[in-house]
Amino acid sequence: MTTSKPVTDWATDWTHFDLRWVEDPFPIWEDLRSRCPIAHSMRFEDGAFFPSTYEYVREIAYDSDHFSSRRVIVREKKVELQPNPPITSDPPEHTAARKLLLPAFTEKAIQRFEARTRQVCIDLLDNIGGVESCDASIQYAQHIPVLVISEMLGLPADDGDRFRDWIHRLLEVGPTDPIVADKALQEITLYFVGQVADRKPGGHLFEASDLISFLLSAKINDEPLQESHLVGTLRLLLIAGIDTTWSAIGSSIWHLSTNPKDLRRLVNDPNLIPTAIEEFLRAYSPVTMAREVVKETSLGGCNFTVGSQILLSFPAANRDPSVFEQADRVIIDRQENPHVAFGLGRHRCLGSNLARMEIRVALEEWLRRHPVFSLKIGEKVKWSEGTVRGPRTLPVTLGKSEQVCE
Amino acid sequence: MNNSLMYQINIEQDRCQGHSRCCSIAPNFFESDDFGNVRLKGDGTISPDFETIVRLAVANCPERALSLTNLSEQQVKT
Repeated sequence: MTTSKPVTDWATDWTHFDLRWVEDPFPIWEDLRSRCPIAHSMRFEDGAFFPSTYEYVREIAYDSDHFSSRRVIVREKKVELQPNPPITSDPPEHTAARKLLLPAFTEKAIQRFEARTRQVCIDLLDNIGGVESCDASIQYAQHIPVLVISEMLGLPADDGDRFRDWIHRLLEVGPTDPIVADKALQEITLYFVGQVADRKPGGHLFEASDLISFLLSAKINDEPLQESHLVGTLRLLLIAGIDTTWSAIGSSIWHLSTNPKDLRRLVNDPNLIPTAIEEFLRAYSPVTMAREVVKETSLGGCNFTVGSQILLSFPAANRDPSVFEQADRVIIDRQENPHVAFGLGRHRCLGSNLARMEIRVALEEWLRRHPVFSLKIGEKVKWSEGTVRGPRTLPVTLGKSEQVCE
Repeated sequence: MNNSLMYQINIEQDRCQGHSRCCSIAPNFFESDDFGNVRLKGDGTISPDFETIVRLAVANCPERALSLTNLSEQQVKT
């Protein structure tokens, strides 16, 4: 990955796989917002647009007539459509497919997983033990969402490495290497076909009380879901909540590991945790989506031809200074913060309540155990590439701070 | 009840997408239904004592689904 020629003009030839974008995209977006708020690039099949302002992201997210969700990843080469309802659905199909899932993901429904999530965090911290340093992404953040979604779906917790491997191949390598993406997709599909079979009459998990069984018995218009719909939705439920939440937890810990003042404030006043989490979600939004133009239209003086891809960057929208004062500053008690980290419109992240709960519990437990810690001096943080952004390595020193206090 | 001291919360229900920001910020005035979308707790009228917290909930809605009407001003207009 990231082997293609380096970008010389972000406005006409951008790619989010350029290492500068991966490591620090914010100055690039700031520059584009001021001189070319809808950038274009032919590095992607049929061309791809990158809107960097809040208002353009908003307009596109609301306009499913012109901007379809059938492709939710910007790719160099388009692959065959792979329905994962409801994220890849447009109205009218979208409405019923989403409605089916909403009750399982309300704040109230998610509460029953909080105790388990907390135990997962405590166990992980116990495993790390009383050492002087650890990797907060590898040893902590990455495991939390895997164990929680496994519990919800009724999957073996031991399969976590497998899930993360699929996600890496699908979302990090996949957009520039369709063969890798396709192979991962086939494996996930096969896995869920097996899981579904286990829950049918005669299977050893028949009538299990997990989300897979629920979907197996669910109906849309009095008809059970077709197996392709069911498996597509399961692929989504597995993939969508893992590296995204892992990234959000990782970025939050990364921020605190490099900002001792914010760390001290948060440890001394845990009442700030809710606003701090929303601020981390805004400033370090993990998820970038995509759309495909299905009906020609124009916006901001740009003509959007059918087939063009759109990098729908909620992270860029959240750094727009026309909506957020001091947008590039992290203010952990920011009061007005209508960020769009979970998207906008009908595709608002289904798992946002689950993600928020996991991030909160993960931070609470981490800070309880490690009220003093800092990024290890001299070691590099590796940021993920592609559709989801977060630290994949996060070496921290525990019990003392190597950061210079402001 | 003296209307000059009251505000009315308005929800544009078809705009709400269930972000739940209002429910977290002002749980005494907003709650989620079975699908995660917002509904009012009570009749949606608030006294000035709670204006600040409800305004904050309104300002944090990413979908711009919420607004606040000053009932006394409305009366003057009509």
